[in-house]
Amino acid sequence: MVEAALKALDDSGLSRVNSIYVGNMAGEFLQEQAHLGAIIAEDLGMVGTPAYRVEAANASGAAAIHAGALEIASGRADAVLVIGGEKLSDGLIEEVSSALLMGERQEYEGFMGADFYSINALLYKLYMRRYGVEDDLIAVFPMLSHKHAKGVAHAQYPFEVSLEKILSSPYISEPLRRFEVSGVGDGAAAIVLIGEELKSKIKTPKTELYISSATDFMTPFEREDPLRFQSLGVAVNKVLDEAKVDRGDVDLIEVHDATSIMAAISLESSGFAEPGESGRLAMRGEFDLGGRLPYNTFGGLKARGNPFGATGVYQVVELHLQLTGRAGKNQVDSPKVGMAQSLGGVGATAIVTLLKAV
Amino acid sequence: MRVSRHWRNKLFRYRLVGWRCVSCGAFHYSKPLVCKRCGSREFREVELPKTGKILAYTMVKIAPKDFKDKAPYLVGLVELDDGTKILGQLTDFTKEELKEGARVEAVLRKIREDGENGIIEYGFKFRPEIRRPPQARA
Repeated sequence: MVEAALKALDDSGLSRVNSIYVGNMAGEFLQEQAHLGAIIAEDLGMVGTPAYRVEAANASGAAAIHAGALEIASGRADAVLVIGGEKLSDGLIEEVSSALLMGERQEYEGFMGADFYSINALLYKLYMRRYGVEDDLIAVFPMLSHKHAKGVAHAQYPFEVSLEKILSSPYISEPLRRFEVSGVGDGAAAIVLIGEELKSKIKTPKTELYISSATDFMTPFEREDPLRFQSLGVAVNKVLDEAKVDRGDVDLIEVHDATSIMAAISLESSGFAEPGESGRLAMRGEFDLGGRLPYNTFGGLKARGNPFGATGVYQVVELHLQLTGRAGKNQVDSPKVGMAQSLGGVGATAIVTLLKAV
Repeated sequence: MRVSRHWRNKLFRYRLVGWRCVSCGAFHYSKPLVCKRCGSREFREVELPKTGKILAYTMVKIAPKDFKDKAPYLVGLVELDDGTKILGQLTDFTKEELKEGARVEAVLRKIREDGENGIIEYGFKFRPEIRRPPQARA
């Protein structure tokens, strides 16, 4: 986390900030470590700077960005450092599963042994039945993420995986297969947010950030439609309104593909595909790097990796690289607007960030 | 784990008793102050029907730590006879019996143990509905 933070600070040219926000979900459980704000401030040689950890399950990183952006918007801060990080490899596989389950209700799903993956598997079944599609139209999303991660230096799995290989991997919770869920990994990402005052003083390429958030019922099966993340739809509309941008103006998108089915539901809930159609659009190449709406351009959660607290920050860093023309071989053609969607739990929290090129 | 963490949910876990919002009908498994759906503050205690049908099911292969030695096990989304949808483990199913739409009934089973010396938690699971012959119903 310190390494990522120093990269962001060095890139910005700043050595001090008004505040630090840390996105992390499972440190209290896997490392038995709370109080990450003060710890990170100390490790950065910035003792004295206010620093807090922000938590919203898998969306903790995006929540930290939201908190930082609000402080900038309030006028209280000119510069804020946001760091997301997670070290999942300290946990055994069942401990990582337990950590993920902490994003659901322990008294309900937790007691039933209905873990994150089994809830996704149930949604997967309902989806296939309602829309009459086979699993290939859902498993296409991890294939796409892997395709875009190929050769990406910061990706956890920087290689392609064929649809056949995904569809022949063992079930983790039928019909959800092992290659359709993000793996266990470590990582950190950081960004520096600045206000109007510092805009002209900082020479590093900049983008404009808008961010919105919404919540939904904890259990998808208690929602009006379990196959729609209403929180995400609301947050997307809010952020488009605020940025005065139409859905059609979005040039690239980072989707929360913690599982294949969440990617499909996300695209459909946020109006980038008709219900039941996202897989067909993906098959037609619409979400390729050169397609209508490039998707997870560095590999998304599935292939770049999903270290919970870091994930939402990675997405925004990657959009920033794209919009400032620094995405290397993954560069999409002169994008002006990028969107990142981060979900906590199975969509109970949605945080959507929109970046505009300046 | 202290016993209270389990005990405060015993009505739901042992008997499927919860609270239904008087104004919108939303079910809450633990006693709420405010309805999660409509914001009302009036509830009546209800005992959910013990029978229903499977809407969807899956098998958990990699379980959270409390269920590590129970995996693989079945989790189902069940629609009870009054329309309430709840999650629960499925148990006692043969391969032939396990299908969407299959009738189920709630049964009290061991859910998990808190280590060697901790408490053992019981709660409902769903098994295939046993159709009793008419004379046994009384």
